[in-house]
Amino acid sequence: MKLTGAQILMEVLKEEGVDTIFGFPGGVIIDIYDELAKTDIKHILVRHEQGAVHAADGYARASGGVGVCLVTSGPGATNTVTGIASAYMDSIPIVIFTGQVPTQLIGNDAFQEVDIVGITRPCTKHNYLVKRTEDLARIVKEAFIIAASGRPGPVLIDLPKDVSNTKITYKPPQKIELKSYNPTYNPNMKQLHRAVKLIKNAKKPLIFAGGGVVLSKGSKELTELAHKTRTPVTCSLMGLGVFPGTDPLWLGMIGMHGTYRANMCSGECDLIVAVGVRFDDRVTGKTDTFAPNAKIVHIDIDPTSIRKNIPVAVPIVGDCKITLGLLNRLLDKEDLGDLKTKRKKWLDQIDEWKSTKPLAYKQKDIIKPQYVVEKLYELTKGEAIITTEVGQNQMWAAQYYHFNKPNHFITSGGLGCMGFGLPAAIGAQLACPDKLVVDIAGDGSIQMNIQEMATAEQYNLPVKIVILNNRYLGMVRQWQELFYDKRYSGTGMEHAPDFVKLAEAYGAVGLRATKPEEVEPVLIKGLSSPKTVIMDFVVEREECVYPMVPAGAPITEMLLA
Amino acid sequence: MTEQKHILSILVDNQPGVLSRIAGLFSGRGYNIESLSVAETTEPLVSRITMVTMADTPVVEQIMKQLHKLINVIKVHELTGTSYVQREMALVKVQAKPEHRAEILRIVDIFRCKVVDVGQGHYTLEVTGDEGKMDAILNLLKPIGIKEIAKTGIIALFREPK
Repeated sequence: MKLTGAQILMEVLKEEGVDTIFGFPGGVIIDIYDELAKTDIKHILVRHEQGAVHAADGYARASGGVGVCLVTSGPGATNTVTGIASAYMDSIPIVIFTGQVPTQLIGNDAFQEVDIVGITRPCTKHNYLVKRTEDLARIVKEAFIIAASGRPGPVLIDLPKDVSNTKITYKPPQKIELKSYNPTYNPNMKQLHRAVKLIKNAKKPLIFAGGGVVLSKGSKELTELAHKTRTPVTCSLMGLGVFPGTDPLWLGMIGMHGTYRANMCSGECDLIVAVGVRFDDRVTGKTDTFAPNAKIVHIDIDPTSIRKNIPVAVPIVGDCKITLGLLNRLLDKEDLGDLKTKRKKWLDQIDEWKSTKPLAYKQKDIIKPQYVVEKLYELTKGEAIITTEVGQNQMWAAQYYHFNKPNHFITSGGLGCMGFGLPAAIGAQLACPDKLVVDIAGDGSIQMNIQEMATAEQYNLPVKIVILNNRYLGMVRQWQELFYDKRYSGTGMEHAPDFVKLAEAYGAVGLRATKPEEVEPVLIKGLSSPKTVIMDFVVEREECVYPMVPAGAPITEMLLA
Repeated sequence: MTEQKHILSILVDNQPGVLSRIAGLFSGRGYNIESLSVAETTEPLVSRITMVTMADTPVVEQIMKQLHKLINVIKVHELTGTSYVQREMALVKVQAKPEHRAEILRIVDIFRCKVVDVGQGHYTLEVTGDEGKMDAILNLLKPIGIKEIAKTGIIALFREPK
């Protein structure tokens, strides 16, 4: 069968089960778009290529599958870089196809030529320039394997125009072999036995779970481990949802804006079972004072995450789900004693921390942003998929929305990429059409990819946008208030569009609340609308996110409200 | 912890861009490269990179893991701390005034080098050896006058058990 590269690409995408592509066309990928239109694959035309990658990211996180993007060469390709870097930091499986000038023009500074493989080398898990149509199918198959397996991540494929329009006799590739790529899924049992011993002997244990548990779909196993050993659980930002936010053993998030009890636990505990985390600086604070009394068991599929920032007593390289499952089976055979009595003192201590220093704010006559998130949580019963922008909105979402299930909190954790929430919500809504998807945003970051409102409208995606509008770049302003004598350099955003009118201009619904008593009615009206809705909440301008650990301080030294 | 010299032997896919991935990894993560040498192995699809880096133990452990994470890296070994042979090669163009010519040839003889090019005013020497030998001969040639030098990085292999 003679097929063009573009036709071969469609064949492979169908084999890989791709049903949605986020993209933006251009000169060198017209051939691919031409073939794409003949398939059943849904194409979502974004308004900026960065939006395409964030949308694919949101799609991947909400569905647990691989997100796919298609953009043109040059500026189309460079516009994807921020999105790719964000997906890379958060280990999200995406395959990005970029157009490229014909192979014979590469290196000649042709129109819309850019070395995107060179540019994205440090922010992709792997990338390819396809030089021959004969290699295309194999490379695409490899890309999907690499993106989704091991520690997942974005993979970019650069497709020169002649590769997509050359016709060859197509033979589907047989077995794909990657001789140098072989992630470790099954843990070393010797290490696992050492971990069991530590867990058995621990008096004040703590489980610390992260995005790796979401990615490996190991939430059930993690919850079992916590209940079996009566161990309190905290999560990194990326892990929220892997352990029920309503469980009595739940501590809340750890780190710079973690709860008092979670952070204090890390200082007091004698064992940390860390699963699918990488001990980011926003979690550890000052590393040499982190968990001074604890032995650490670290489970992660990526060996580089282990001992990168924090010394570890028991390193376990393996898939989180498989490893936790095996750990649970080993613990079944152990006599753990009467855990109720054994853990009483430890859990009582945690309860005391919780009751003396809870997450708190006082709702007065101006709307508090925390109040909006709390109301949103109540009204959605914790069932919504929440995406966020980056900054205060993100931290309040993490603190006040209590996630009970994984894949429901979608945020740019590692890169901290403003403008993420709206396109990610679009991707999540496409992955889960029956779910309520809400982007918790700030007035600053929503403007970074506001153009995607048109995308939401074009495809009738009823995403809801909650803007916590303080007319500041709030998180930086908070740092300036606390550490720079209130010199608000560059953080005032006095001039913003009227978000209600803006929503209407896009054909969406716009609502506003300016008083606390309007919050609930606006939320009820907005959430029940079948349309895309922007809800603009005019909130306390100088509200801060607390607790806060100043950068570089030990995480047990928190500023409280 | 103190930084030490580590020799890494890395087998990689022989493909365009692989060296850039490795160099990018080092610059991006702030590791240093003291020397680097790359060439095809007997298998044309595989190249061997021999790299010398200065790092303390946790960092070199991280470097090896990071290298291994690259899809095109097949194997990473550390040679330091094991039994291995290492060589460097240099081409040294030495000023050869009449009064120094005999001295230079004596040094060539002692160090078992080769003269690969001769001119009115210079000798070009081919020197092979480990770092100690390189340093020794260069120290002797320096006062005579080194005009130019081209050096390879270290290449090294494990010693097989006897």
